Amino acid sequence: MTTPLALVARGLSRDFRGFRAVDAVDLEVAAGTVHALVGPNGAGKTTLFNLLTGFLAPTSGRIELAGRDVTGLPPEAVARLGVARSFQITSLFGQLTSGEHVELALQAAQGGGWRFWRSDKLLHRHRPRARELLAMVGLGELEQSKADSLSYGRKRALELALALALDPQVLLLDEPTAGMGMEDVERTIELIGRVREGRTVVMVEHNMSVVGALADRVTVLQAGRVLAEGSYEQVRADEAVITAYLGSGSHAAH
Amino acid sequence: MTESSALVAQEMAEAERPGPEPRGSALRRNARWLLLAAAVVFALWLPFGLYPAVAVEILCWALFAVAIDLLLGYVGLMSFGHAAFWGTSAYATGLVAIHWGLPFPLAVLCGALTATVLAVPIGYLAVKRTGIYFAMVTLAFAQMIYVVANKWSSLTGGENGLQSVPRAITDNFYFYYAALPIVFGGLFLAWRIVHSPFGRVLVAIRDNPSRARALGYAVHRYKLMAFMLSAFLAGLGGGLFAMGHRFVSLETLHWTTSGKAVIIVVLGGIGTLWGGPLGAAAIVRLEDWLSFSGFEQIGLVTGGIFVLTVLLFRRGVWGTLFKRR
Ligand SMILES: Nc1ncnc2c1ncn2[C@@H]1O[C@H](COP(=O)(O)OP(=O)(O)O)[C@@H](O)[C@H]1O
Ligand SMILES: [Mg+2]
Repeated sequence: MTTPLALVARGLSRDFRGFRAVDAVDLEVAAGTVHALVGPNGAGKTTLFNLLTGFLAPTSGRIELAGRDVTGLPPEAVARLGVARSFQITSLFGQLTSGEHVELALQAAQGGGWRFWRSDKLLHRHRPRARELLAMVGLGELEQSKADSLSYGRKRALELALALALDPQVLLLDEPTAGMGMEDVERTIELIGRVREGRTVVMVEHNMSVVGALADRVTVLQAGRVLAEGSYEQVRADEAVITAYLGSGSHAAH
Repeated sequence: MTESSALVAQEMAEAERPGPEPRGSALRRNARWLLLAAAVVFALWLPFGLYPAVAVEILCWALFAVAIDLLLGYVGLMSFGHAAFWGTSAYATGLVAIHWGLPFPLAVLCGALTATVLAVPIGYLAVKRTGIYFAMVTLAFAQMIYVVANKWSSLTGGENGLQSVPRAITDNFYFYYAALPIVFGGLFLAWRIVHSPFGRVLVAIRDNPSRARALGYAVHRYKLMAFMLSAFLAGLGGGLFAMGHRFVSLETLHWTTSGKAVIIVVLGGIGTLWGGPLGAAAIVRLEDWLSFSGFEQIGLVTGGIFVLTVLLFRRGVWGTLFKRR
């Protein structure tokens, strides 16, 4: 028996003015697994994420979410179908506090954003859950801090809290540990390990120790194409992957 | 069912037991109440200090400016075509007053609702654009409406406008006080919108639309709703303007009318809500004074003020038009 597929890309391509950033990518992510997407800079990982979440329309190909065709749906519709993403380049609402960020995300998931005739104090009903989520990502003390004032690593943590607030079926994380110190990386590994229960996680990750610790399956992208796919050990031993990485010289697996 | 009733119970509990407030906020809130009280007293005094007709005019433009500010300050969209809503409401208000003999608050409400309906197709097309393109699309639609109103003279009176709109309260002094509750109602609505769950979403969209979409907020639809609410407020102002003058001219639909509303907000302060009434009082009073002293080139002065404000507070207008995708 095969496990059901949470997320599928078939022949997915995306051109930017003649340049093919994602080239006929086939991807099958089994429900409940952690699937890592690796590859050198410019391989098309973020573009693939943008395609999967509706931020970019594919030039060709299709996307399925739990068997349902979601090709061409706008990002908010994909989000409401249970796909949450974090952004590689931290993307927050500068003037809102951490707490307000998470309240807003919880409201997005539960509805109520249309109520222009009610007080914004209504958002405080999400406060207990928001505090839990902030504590979970290590921002328990920083509920009142504006996003702009947070350090880089903490902004990354808030990104994660926002994605988790949506209680998604599928969690897409674009380089969740980029720029983090050792300690924060450890905590993030532990956190992803915890929140993966009952979800499917797809993550772009350069840090091979993170991939090794979490990923059930790894897809290697290069120049928009799938170069290899398999378990972490299989991919590490793959001739083509070794050549590609040593050839490009930028990211040796460590 | 049970979930929603649980939510209601939770909301009620929250209402009784507000969360911890940051220090000093009690003081700030008291200051705010004082400011509000002062503004109300000022508004009640106004027709004693000015010609009542000018005071009425200030009320109308205050609503119009707040409508612009709702979009400009809280969604980051600069409409250059809001005369479409102000003017359409003015005509609709005048027409229902003339043909159906509706009392003025109802006539104004009809006008404002007409403007809101008109905002659906215009907003639907406009909110897909941002920055200068949004301004252009709104301007283009407003110009279309202007041309239609000019040509459709059997309904609008064309160049002659709508003459002798009936009004039961003929004295402008008393009309001012009859109009004041409607204006306060409109201003309260704007305040409520800005400080609502919806308003929070608008600010999030203004600051980072992609992130808001990734959370599941349908950004275009939120913008459209804000656009309609803004058109409603502009319509309230335009309807009162028609009743205030007992006359509707094509000028209510002219692009210079949209421009004047933007000038008022920019001068009064973008994204403050207070800026609208403040700027309206200043500009209307100034224009009245200029025309009273026989000065012909009023547009030159308000235009000059606009240019100066834009140059001095460049980021506001400039940032909105050119710094957003
Ligand atoms: N919006 C865009 N317009 C033009 N080219 C783009 C755009 N987004 C990405 N690219 C190009 O597509 C390629 C893949 O980029 P990206 O998906 O960000 O790679 P990765 O995330 O794997 O580092 C790069 O060469 C990049 O320059
Ligand atoms: Mg990337």
